[in-house]
Amino acid sequence: MEMLDHRDAHSSDTPVASKDLLRFLTCGSVDDGKSTLIGRLLYDTKLILEDHMATLESDSRKFGTTGDEVDLALLLDGLEAEREQGITIDVAYRFFATGRRSFIVADTPGHEQYTRNMATGASNTDLAVLVLDARAGLRTQTQRHSVICSLLGIRHIVLAVNKMDLVGHDKEVFDRIVKDYVAFAASLPFTSVVPVPISARFGDNVTARSPNTPWYDGPTLLEHLETVDIESDVMAKPFRLAVQRVNRPSADYRGFAGRIASGRVHTGDQIVVARGGTVSTVSRIMGVDGDVEEAGAGDIVTVELAENIDVARGDLLGDPRERPVVADQFAAHIIWMAEEPLLPGRSYLMRVGTAWTLASVSTIKYKIDVADMTHLAAPTLSLNDIGVCNLSTSVPVAFDPYEENRETGCFILVDRETDHTVGAGMISFALRRATNIHREPLAADKSLRAHMKHQNPCILWFTGLSGSGKSTIARALEDRLTGAGYHTYMLDGDNLRHGINRDLGFTDADRVENIRRAGEVAKLFVDSGLIVLCALISPFRAERHMVRDLVEGDEFFEVFVETPLEECMRRDPKGLYLKAKSGALKNFTGIDSPYEVPEHPDLTLHTLEASPEALAEIVLRRLQDTGHLL
Amino acid sequence: MTRNLSAHLRRLEAESISIIYEVASEFRHPVMLYSIGKDSGVMLHLARKAFQPGRLPFPLMHVDTTWKFQEMIAFRDQIAKEFGFELIVHVNKEGLERGINPIDSGSALHTNVMKTEALKQALDAHGFDAAMGGARRDEEKSRAKERIFSFRGPNHTWDPRNQRPELWHLFNTKIRRGESMRVFPLSNWTELDVWQYILAEDIPLPSLYFAQERPVVNRAGSLIMVDDERFKLEPGEAPQMRRVRFRTLGCYPLCGAIESDAATVADIVLEMHSARTSERQGRLIDGDTSASMERKKREGYF
Repeated sequence: MEMLDHRDAHSSDTPVASKDLLRFLTCGSVDDGKSTLIGRLLYDTKLILEDHMATLESDSRKFGTTGDEVDLALLLDGLEAEREQGITIDVAYRFFATGRRSFIVADTPGHEQYTRNMATGASNTDLAVLVLDARAGLRTQTQRHSVICSLLGIRHIVLAVNKMDLVGHDKEVFDRIVKDYVAFAASLPFTSVVPVPISARFGDNVTARSPNTPWYDGPTLLEHLETVDIESDVMAKPFRLAVQRVNRPSADYRGFAGRIASGRVHTGDQIVVARGGTVSTVSRIMGVDGDVEEAGAGDIVTVELAENIDVARGDLLGDPRERPVVADQFAAHIIWMAEEPLLPGRSYLMRVGTAWTLASVSTIKYKIDVADMTHLAAPTLSLNDIGVCNLSTSVPVAFDPYEENRETGCFILVDRETDHTVGAGMISFALRRATNIHREPLAADKSLRAHMKHQNPCILWFTGLSGSGKSTIARALEDRLTGAGYHTYMLDGDNLRHGINRDLGFTDADRVENIRRAGEVAKLFVDSGLIVLCALISPFRAERHMVRDLVEGDEFFEVFVETPLEECMRRDPKGLYLKAKSGALKNFTGIDSPYEVPEHPDLTLHTLEASPEALAEIVLRRLQDTGHLL
Repeated sequence: MTRNLSAHLRRLEAESISIIYEVASEFRHPVMLYSIGKDSGVMLHLARKAFQPGRLPFPLMHVDTTWKFQEMIAFRDQIAKEFGFELIVHVNKEGLERGINPIDSGSALHTNVMKTEALKQALDAHGFDAAMGGARRDEEKSRAKERIFSFRGPNHTWDPRNQRPELWHLFNTKIRRGESMRVFPLSNWTELDVWQYILAEDIPLPSLYFAQERPVVNRAGSLIMVDDERFKLEPGEAPQMRRVRFRTLGCYPLCGAIESDAATVADIVLEMHSARTSERQGRLIDGDTSASMERKKREGYF
């Protein structure tokens, strides 16, 4: 990290050839004055229009916190709740321009619970203005935001030491804060950190040099933003294009459309389809205004290839000499953004480039304590945690390490039940074991083994509350099947907990792992040609979904054993409900741990209405109907 | 091929086309809302460029309140015909029968019934799961916090406190039955960007944007054009011919004109540089309270 000295570098009459764009964000702790600062920038660059000003004056009287003066923060705090509470709860995007540059500003929240929005703002920006209150100095939020900025690839920091008017424009206060920050940020990979002493409320050193800080001879904030060199080397990086769309207006035309993420492409160039490894030649490039010979990063193109190869949305095209990484296991930083914690083993939807796949975190190696950058062991990640994790995906994905390419090294995780975006990730590297260990092809295959047994293997997954009758029905079914000469195996949740799952407890994270292991074992038995009966409470939809995805579509039956909770408590075959209600047993499903009812089970068995044998018969008939029993 | 687009406009253009590709690829049944204004005109132009030489893979839809300027309707039909777009026009018949209109019902009720409710009806009737609109973040404060892919729950509700985080260009396009997405390809454009792009790309617009002598009356400080006989003049009121133009187009009784000499796109760009009021200022529907846009959006307004 280098402290930039602007005394020589900056000159206000440097000619600027063509207006370009700087995207930056402001962040910092709550009440440090971020919104006021942007309000000040807009106000001083005459971007506040008369009718906005009229609204502002009337809002200031209603909600303002600055006495008789106009409260500039109200310009940005757009949502009603924010104006009433005097806080910023979401990212606001603002636009302004000077003669030198156009700016898009992301104003991001300081409250810890909205840190996810700050990460959102940081993901598309090149520079961060970290606003601090001169009276308070460095705070945890400032440090957290610095770490998030560095993780998201921001390399330029402006340290705006605000409210200098409230510390008497004291040079010593400023110097001490700068020293503290530099010490904190020494290990972060910033290219430049530029400190500026300001007062957003009164405008000191924001757009005009302040008479109150004669000891400061650096640039004003705006001067720095107008001239800072954000080196953009995306053109020099290897060619990458994530295919958004296969364009096929006629039978003889097949183009692959998308926006070039990095590098350049020229007609006649060779390109590789990362996932399949197929190489082809670019025969034609269509830009937005017709055919072109060459296009580069940021351009929209439709590329035609000389050879007729398989390319679809989700594929990443690249330079065959410098190929993207293709792997199904990799390490990544994850910023967790949901109230529900990240559970290792649970499967999430993952979007990388234009591809959607399933992914799960196999290990949380550690989470980062942003206050002192230490590593902490963590069984799960909670809202706003930043963790370093190993992930595995259901199919290999193509990417570049995020440090090398911000466009192709990022992903989001989406909850499969709620569809919410729950995590953001930056890939560090592929794990060796995924790239170098290839599956061993096995001599006898599943269909051969199944054929020998005159059956088609499958998993019958009995889910329901404790005491609902899962095991009883499964045993009755197994009797019928083995009696008829079919080959079965039963996996009972309680029995598994004595063996393969003996190290697991009943926390949500352990429950997920419990199901994952049971599912993997069931899959092996399916592979060996067996009909597998699994009786596990399996309270979470996500994990039942995960097991379903382990096998082929027709190999999984979700059987919901539906018994009302009161009935289960009445039966209480193992006396567990009694214990749970007395508090002697924690995390008991139905009492103090939730059961998520299946939304679309393949079969629902109502135990109040029929005997276990009759219910087993229903399952048996279904297996006959679906051709699993030959 | 020569293009006189600045680096900044080229970047905006590419970002918007990329968003339109995402919509066309990720949704079953998308639609592009076409309101005939300049922003819609730019969005439509971008969509044409995105899918050339092919046709648009989605229809256009106009929610007609029946109170648009007559010229807007003629312009809409001519554009659809000229380029061969599939155009759906939806009117809230129920609202018409109830006699809802901007003059007697007031702008709030009229907007709610003939725009918000009408839009919801039309989206439901056609089963559209994604609707693209030309709204920009610089228009208004609550728009400034809008996502590019903005999730709508059942009944098209918007929950501003529970928006999905939107990182990089990795849009979360996942929705379920009964839910939908509003998508704003022009999110990062400013009004000036739009005009500079229209100038550079020569995009056709209704002449209402350009200064002309028009019959107007002054109502509570706004210059309202008398576009047809439904506009009731108050006693002693007579339309005057003034040289005016419109910064935004909508229902004519709700659109205030500005006095201007800007007769070409280039004139408008010049005028923009010295503009001291925002474009929504002429819009009578936002005036009630500063949070009125947020309220309308929660209810399902675009």
